[in-house]
Amino acid sequence: MQLELCDLCKKVGNEFHISDVSLTFAAGSLNILLGPTLSGKTSLMRLMAGLDQPTSGTVHVDGRDVTGVPVQKRNVAMVYQQFINYPNLTVFENIASPLRIARVGPAEIKDRVAKVAALLKLEKLLGRSPQELSGGQQQRTALARALVKEAELVLLDEPLANLDYKLREELREELPKIFSATGSIFVYATTEPSEALLLGGNTASLHKGKVTQFGKTIEVFSRPQNLITAQTLSDPPLNLLPVTKLNNTMLYKSHVEIPVLGPLPKLPDADYTIAFRPHHLYLQRPSEAAIAVNAKVVVTEITGSESYVHVDVAGVRWVLLARGIHNIDIHETIEIFMDPRSFYVFDRNNALVVTPEAITGL
Amino acid sequence: MAKVTLKEIAHSYTGYSENPDDYALKKLDLTWRDGGAYALLGPSGCGKTTLLNIISGLLIPTKGQVLFNDQDVTRLPTEQRNIAQIFQFPVIYDTMTVFQNLAFPLKNRGRTKEEIEPRVIELAKMLNLEKDLYTKAQHLTADAKQKISLGRGLIRTSVNAILFDEPLTVIDPQLKWQLRSQLKFLHKKFGFTMIYVTHDQTEALTFADEVIVMYEGAIVQIGTPEALFERPEHTFVGYFIGSPGMNIVPCRLQGNQAMIDDHALVLGKTYRDIPTGAKIEIGIRPEYLRLAPPGGKGLPVNIQKVDDIGRYKIVRVGLNNRKFNVVMTELSGMTGDNASLVFNMNHTNIYVNDHLFVGDQQ
Amino acid sequence: MIAKQTNQKAWFMVLPVFLVVAFSAVIPLMTVVNYSVQDTFGNNVFTWVGMDWFKDLIHSERFHAAFLKQLMFSGIILLIEVPLGIVIALAMPKKGWGVPVCLIGMALPLLIPWNVVGTIWQIFGRVDIGLLGHTLASLGIHYNYTQDPVAAWITIIIMDVWHWTSLVVLLCYAGLCSIPDAYYQAAKIDGASRLAVFRYIQLPKMQRVLLIAILLRFMDSFMIYTEPFVITGGGPGNSTTFMSIDLVKMAVGQFDLGPAAAMSLVYFLVILLLCWVFYTVMSNVGEESSNGGK
Repeated sequence: MQLELCDLCKKVGNEFHISDVSLTFAAGSLNILLGPTLSGKTSLMRLMAGLDQPTSGTVHVDGRDVTGVPVQKRNVAMVYQQFINYPNLTVFENIASPLRIARVGPAEIKDRVAKVAALLKLEKLLGRSPQELSGGQQQRTALARALVKEAELVLLDEPLANLDYKLREELREELPKIFSATGSIFVYATTEPSEALLLGGNTASLHKGKVTQFGKTIEVFSRPQNLITAQTLSDPPLNLLPVTKLNNTMLYKSHVEIPVLGPLPKLPDADYTIAFRPHHLYLQRPSEAAIAVNAKVVVTEITGSESYVHVDVAGVRWVLLARGIHNIDIHETIEIFMDPRSFYVFDRNNALVVTPEAITGL
Repeated sequence: MAKVTLKEIAHSYTGYSENPDDYALKKLDLTWRDGGAYALLGPSGCGKTTLLNIISGLLIPTKGQVLFNDQDVTRLPTEQRNIAQIFQFPVIYDTMTVFQNLAFPLKNRGRTKEEIEPRVIELAKMLNLEKDLYTKAQHLTADAKQKISLGRGLIRTSVNAILFDEPLTVIDPQLKWQLRSQLKFLHKKFGFTMIYVTHDQTEALTFADEVIVMYEGAIVQIGTPEALFERPEHTFVGYFIGSPGMNIVPCRLQGNQAMIDDHALVLGKTYRDIPTGAKIEIGIRPEYLRLAPPGGKGLPVNIQKVDDIGRYKIVRVGLNNRKFNVVMTELSGMTGDNASLVFNMNHTNIYVNDHLFVGDQQ
Repeated sequence: MIAKQTNQKAWFMVLPVFLVVAFSAVIPLMTVVNYSVQDTFGNNVFTWVGMDWFKDLIHSERFHAAFLKQLMFSGIILLIEVPLGIVIALAMPKKGWGVPVCLIGMALPLLIPWNVVGTIWQIFGRVDIGLLGHTLASLGIHYNYTQDPVAAWITIIIMDVWHWTSLVVLLCYAGLCSIPDAYYQAAKIDGASRLAVFRYIQLPKMQRVLLIAILLRFMDSFMIYTEPFVITGGGPGNSTTFMSIDLVKMAVGQFDLGPAAAMSLVYFLVILLLCWVFYTVMSNVGEESSNGGK
């Protein structure tokens, strides 16, 4: 089954919750909607499911226009952030409920429920009621109920957000296997870039109701077409430096001078934004090409194996990720190093101009 | 600021009982020095919130005493303990402006306008709230509201302790960074005694000088982030800290060799006097494993999956039905599905019956 | 489109309801409109008079008097019942065995049929056999609701407060229960006084339910009929002749169908207008506070 969204818009009152979204999802694909809260992820999923009607634009399933079709007529399953289960039914009955509504025979129900329960490791819990289960188990039950339907489209709205950190990790590891076991289209909404990267698939980066980029997750991560996408996909946040290009250097406020390498000299003289990741900022000189900068340490956070050093470089705040424990005191001035081969360059309209690979010549 | 001491605290929600299973919080003793930053880390249901509530005065413990600077406050109500508490969701006064919200605790304690105003402005600057200072608090986003909650907790200069109950739960990942480092900075600057409850190990490790790991009502280990990372004293700590957590695999010990199935690994230490019939496991963090071309010195494994999360890759490998996670930055030189898993013996631990077993140096 | 087909079936399902509503509400309403623009001398002979009845009504002193009495009554009722309701709701326990006891206690007055309420207070207030009347008389207080307009008003007001404050209480209590404990805890930690807690936490969070409570009480009190009718019948004289009582006198007593129909319509429109005003004002106040929540 193929799902196609064409120029979808959703206006509520005076605000556009979704503007001009066009996406195509292929059968059996995992698609992630990534963006901060209120960026339109839930609104978009509701439009895909048929819970809401778009103000304009169409939704096509396998070429058929289903824009007006209500959700009961579409083959859709949805899993929510709050573990939603029927409280007065056992786990077995919860999972079986969509099949009972579809009037499937009892032998087939038993069979299909057993299969899905095995996939989600719920076999021993089938007789319990949801109240007796832990958060992770309740969410697995909700997930099982969504999967047993064998719906063509399965929507998951931040399903792991209410779970403990470690539980989230565990479920997240299992999810791709579960997803690939069925042939449905999966759409998964999340605010965490690391979750998108761990799940793989395709990612649509959302910002204020618009899709800023859609493609394979690792592509969107390593080749963001604009600054907003780059920032949406970064955790820890990207380090930014606004510069002005003049002939052969890029200058920040006369404090930082960056020599132009690779394709950079060909760019017109104008204002640009340089972006690079925290682990591309170093405490020791990594290579000949590195540029040294004086920075004032704001605070250091230690995670046991790594250190995040928050620095202030002439008014710009950066995060430096270093391996190992570095206990640097606040207000200490240190020398840090940037490697221009790791830079992304964005122009005044925040469009990508140069990727790190282009600079290194890869 | 105060030294906080917990003496033989235990709590049962069903009242005094002789049965240890009734106790949600098993007997514990803790001393926290004046001005330290501490984190209570553990999964849901481990007792960390119960402990926080005992310190804040919301719960009176079934057994034991709470002392602030050696003064018994066990039965003192919350308002008399002179503490500040920040909750999981923003708690603000809707009808007041940001300024009034922040000033409220000081106003109630009779401070004059001259004392209040500079303090509020200073704190607002630190939390990036200055431009919203005179807006009604309701009109701001969830994270701004949580910052106001934080600000209200930090505004009083002479609190005994500041308690945080999973305060970053509602915040988006990008903003979590800002808030976390701001909290750390505020701690370094003002020297409050801060106690932070969370299930997110990154939050706990970056925030605290010392982390108390809890599981099922008991303290499992107390230590600096580095100690918890390098030398987890219990397999639970090894599993819970680190993303992904420690690889823990059953083995047999023979002198200075560990046998994982039929494969021998030469360890860096000799282990003697192991009780017979005990459960023996070898634990090593994914960061200390390395993959070498097949046929080499390590365990022969096959590569099952590679997750690329941008700054490093998590390689999931298997040996028979045992699984290992390996964290590597580069996977160059790896062709095919087989590889050799090399252990860094300086960071390999042996666990007997889930507890760290120290070997003799050779 | 596929959607329309389902809807056609739905109309069939709704048809019986339409018929019933038409029969019992729409047609009678149209009849009233019909009467309001015509005059009759009996014998079922009607002549068109257009807006005459309405003009008469707007200028009639009797109407003005009833209207003013009604406004004053509703105003007093709101001024007493809303604060009293809030105070009682604040005092009710949130946990424990006291909760069902209080809830049932509060619900009881609401369950009594309205004419029975009227009768209870009618007897209660009688000087000869009523507990209240007799007690007041024995204390030397001159109290007679059948002869003294002030006493009549006081009796009706107290009766309404007794009958309907529970509604405000229950609504406010529901609003209060939805406030998470953390707010109270935070207020304690901030050192807030009881009054500050009420002003900054409880009152703002009760705004929505208060709006409903005020609207309901206003509408009901503006249309009040049964209870005052049972107690005083509109007397002594005209002192407790509220609009609905006056209307019934005109329509049923005097059989002036035309003026009565006109008055009904005006009554209906006035209530609609006042409710709309109340609602717009209060939800604007609410809008400012909820819009910003985003």
